[in-house]
Amino acid sequence: MTDDTLKARGLKDEILTVTDLKKHFVIGQKGTVNREPITVKAVDGVSFGVQAGETFGLVGESGSGKSTVAYITVGMYQPTSGTITFRDQDLSADSKGRSLALKKEIQIVFQDPGSSLNPRRSIKQILELPLRIHQPDKDCLHEVLRLLDLVDLPPEYLHKYPQSLSGGEKQIVAVARALATDPSLVILDEPTSALDVSVQGKVINLLIRLQREFNLTFMFITHDLSLMRNVASRVAIMYLGKICEVAEAAEFFQNPQHPYTQMLLSSIPVVSAEEEAAKPAKIIPTGEIPSPVNVPRGCSFHTRCPYVMDVCKQIDPVMVEVGSEHIARCHLFEQPEAVLNQVPEEESSPVPQSPQAIIPGN
Amino acid sequence: MSTPPLLDIKDLRVEFRVYGGVLKVLDGVNFFVNAGEKVGLVGETGCGKTTTMKAVLRILPMPPAYISGGEIFFKGQDILKMRNRDLGKVRGRGISMIFQDPTAALNPVFTIGQQLGAVVQHASPANNRLSKRQIREKAIIPLKEVSLADPERLLDSYPIQLSGGMRQRVCIGMALATDPELLIADEPGTSLDVTIQDQVLRLLHGLVEKKDTSVILITHTLGVVRETTDRVYVMYAGNMVEVAPTHKLFAEPLHPYTQGLMQAVPKLTGGGIAEGIPGRIPSYLDPPPGCRFNTRCPRVMDVCRHQKPPYFYLDEDHQVACFLYDQTLDQHKEETPSI
Amino acid sequence: MVQHVQVEELIPGITRQQVRELQRKNRRENLGRAWYKFSRNPLSIIGGTTVVVITLLAIFAPFVAPYPEHAKPFTDFANASQPPSWQHPFGTDEIGRDILSRVIFGFRFSISMGLVVLSIVVPVGVLLGLIAGYYNGTWVDTTIMRITDIFLAVPPLILALAIASVLDPNLFHSMIAVTLMWWPWYTRLVYGLASAQRNEFYVASAETTGASTPHILFREILPNMVSPIFTKISLDMGWVIIIGSMLSFVGLGVQPPKPGLGTMVASGAKYLPDQWWIAIFPALGIVVVVLGFNLLGDGLRDLFAAEEV
Repeated sequence: MTDDTLKARGLKDEILTVTDLKKHFVIGQKGTVNREPITVKAVDGVSFGVQAGETFGLVGESGSGKSTVAYITVGMYQPTSGTITFRDQDLSADSKGRSLALKKEIQIVFQDPGSSLNPRRSIKQILELPLRIHQPDKDCLHEVLRLLDLVDLPPEYLHKYPQSLSGGEKQIVAVARALATDPSLVILDEPTSALDVSVQGKVINLLIRLQREFNLTFMFITHDLSLMRNVASRVAIMYLGKICEVAEAAEFFQNPQHPYTQMLLSSIPVVSAEEEAAKPAKIIPTGEIPSPVNVPRGCSFHTRCPYVMDVCKQIDPVMVEVGSEHIARCHLFEQPEAVLNQVPEEESSPVPQSPQAIIPGN
Repeated sequence: MSTPPLLDIKDLRVEFRVYGGVLKVLDGVNFFVNAGEKVGLVGETGCGKTTTMKAVLRILPMPPAYISGGEIFFKGQDILKMRNRDLGKVRGRGISMIFQDPTAALNPVFTIGQQLGAVVQHASPANNRLSKRQIREKAIIPLKEVSLADPERLLDSYPIQLSGGMRQRVCIGMALATDPELLIADEPGTSLDVTIQDQVLRLLHGLVEKKDTSVILITHTLGVVRETTDRVYVMYAGNMVEVAPTHKLFAEPLHPYTQGLMQAVPKLTGGGIAEGIPGRIPSYLDPPPGCRFNTRCPRVMDVCRHQKPPYFYLDEDHQVACFLYDQTLDQHKEETPSI
Repeated sequence: MVQHVQVEELIPGITRQQVRELQRKNRRENLGRAWYKFSRNPLSIIGGTTVVVITLLAIFAPFVAPYPEHAKPFTDFANASQPPSWQHPFGTDEIGRDILSRVIFGFRFSISMGLVVLSIVVPVGVLLGLIAGYYNGTWVDTTIMRITDIFLAVPPLILALAIASVLDPNLFHSMIAVTLMWWPWYTRLVYGLASAQRNEFYVASAETTGASTPHILFREILPNMVSPIFTKISLDMGWVIIIGSMLSFVGLGVQPPKPGLGTMVASGAKYLPDQWWIAIFPALGIVVVVLGFNLLGDGLRDLFAAEEV
């Protein structure tokens, strides 16, 4: 069984199936004679399944490709290769090519409410748009008021503009907008990252309540692992366009296997001693995150991995099972005995890396 | 009485004049930093922390901002009364600042070398014009101190060619190049990835230890101050509501706002998401009388709505601006502050 | 068939009437705030007032000008070349016409030049720019922008001369010339703004929800450019008036004996410096109207640019 098809599958019905998804962006050309295209491999072979009703968490830092996966799913981009289906309907078209019925089913809440709500449109107009498109014969004003009520916003907000709302309120409007079409799958791309912590709870709890009430499936993307711990049922972690590890939430946090997962978990700031104890042993992050233009050969994480071995520099590892419903992509797990004897590399000075040029150099 | 603090802000009041009236943003801010201390300033969006720091450096936009009271002493001198000429000596040399977004802090059309060079030139004594080579030699030093690889090549690079973490490190290098006595770091890791943020904070910590610089670390993320500071201030709506040595603050937060913040942070150990603190920060145009937190406080009392709470001391280094800790009020002689 | 909820109360406690009240209240507040910002700058007020006054003068010229018939063919050699006096505050010209009245009527030509040209140029230019910007990177974008480039490459005055030599020189034809050379600037402006905006998340949201392209262009993207466009329109009024006056000055625009401001400057120029008033007052008229629009435009730009603290 190739690693392409090995993915954490659920036992219940799967509504979103992604197989070996790739998205490469060509951003320029190198050289003047040979003209090699410079590609950003934003998503480079990602496979997973999302079950109906669950909250599937996608975690990663910048350059990981998690947002790109979201944008492909919702129709902002077309995949370069691979398949992605929603209830057996093909999602390889972008929103121009998708049917209205399909657009209704998959909605997204963006990270920055400042730019996801049009500052020149009133809240009423913003919420009306999806209603007018998908339910043209209903009384819009009534429906909009019902939506505001659903998210606990007072009717006075109808004629306000986004600038007069706080960050949390804007995001709540974005959530209401996403729900206006009565979707099945809602993608949440860092929904609370731009908000203060005292407001995050309100938005997250609202999402949880709505999920229960309307039987929604969430794809929840964030870099905040502590938040993920409390919302996701299953978690996948991405690095430079590939998935490194997938597991059920509790297992993911209590028993992380992939070195990157461990590194990430050990770096997050926490507020209590109990949490400190729950973190894996400190792995001090070294080196820069490579640019997706210049993905290292072999395992893309090998330049920063404390357990790097020779094979890691040459060959990209495949997904293997490391526990019940728990998979990881790392050479460490291909040789079980080696894991026990493995001594992490000394924390030597990182290999000097020249600044990663985004603009083609010479 | 030991040596006076390096920076001492006393009862600072700042207003902004806008359409509709006056925003009374800072309402009597008290804050001090001793030499060699690392102080955290925690507060959410709109609480006034950046305004306070900008007031220290006198870089507030003067209309519409207006300093209506208070004093800011740096090494014994009142910054608010200084002339521009003297301010030039303080800014960059006595006090340096790192901003939240390193991309915005670096000029995209100049190379790193040119920008660092300008700082180095500013740092050298007034009548000492350095030659180009001297500037270049001096500019490499900060880059090496922040562990940036290949500093020679970096000097000739433009900010856009660097990653976010590298840019932030360049900014840190620039800020420390002048050997300031006080470094103000405004959300230094917020726009960065967690692993990079960790690196940057460690770097900052290391450099500051080495040079014995005092630091004010501003953030809205509680977890960040826990490991890197000696003392923490918590700020809400233009007031400092609590200050304590870091370990005491996390072990026993006293002010209801601090407690609310601690609760609101999602825990790595699980347990669900707390509802957070209901309501929003009060309008600065028409702030509530008494304690500004009274509209959202779960333990609000009558006195909170009429009088502004002074600072009460739990220990000599743990202060809280909250009537719950007023020993003279009969209602809660019995009440013990709990988390 | 839209089914309106019959009951007056849409949801418990809110009636349709109340919703309308809220909307009105909000609009009033926004206007109030905008006026406050605008009025902070005394120059904008001066500019705005000047524009309003001149426009009113232009509209009501026959009632306001002391000698309205002097704007038509008229001679009175007895009163020719009189310096400014109480009866003729701007003096009279070489055939006895009152210059003040003619300047007031002259404003009609200037303002109508500006209005006509811009009311064609703006819709066309903006529409093309929107389409090109939204379809950035495709053949639509390339086609539109190359056509724009071609028009921009032709020197404007040469174009005006060419048109004038083919057609009879008069105000209408000079308007055509100016229109043809002006629209690309709006396309350029809007193209840049639209290209940037199409990557905003609210556009993505509208697309993924299924909004039609016209909706996205006119309801999502265009409202966000209203400020730069209106500022440009206001500043352009000044420019169009100047160019129009220039064309009249070289004999291609308003023909004598009609009282175009540029025309009057041209015919009065030969009487400088002795009968200076014949050329200077029409010239001042041009300066005042252009300055008024410029100050107004600056004020509008500051109004839209400033962010609330």
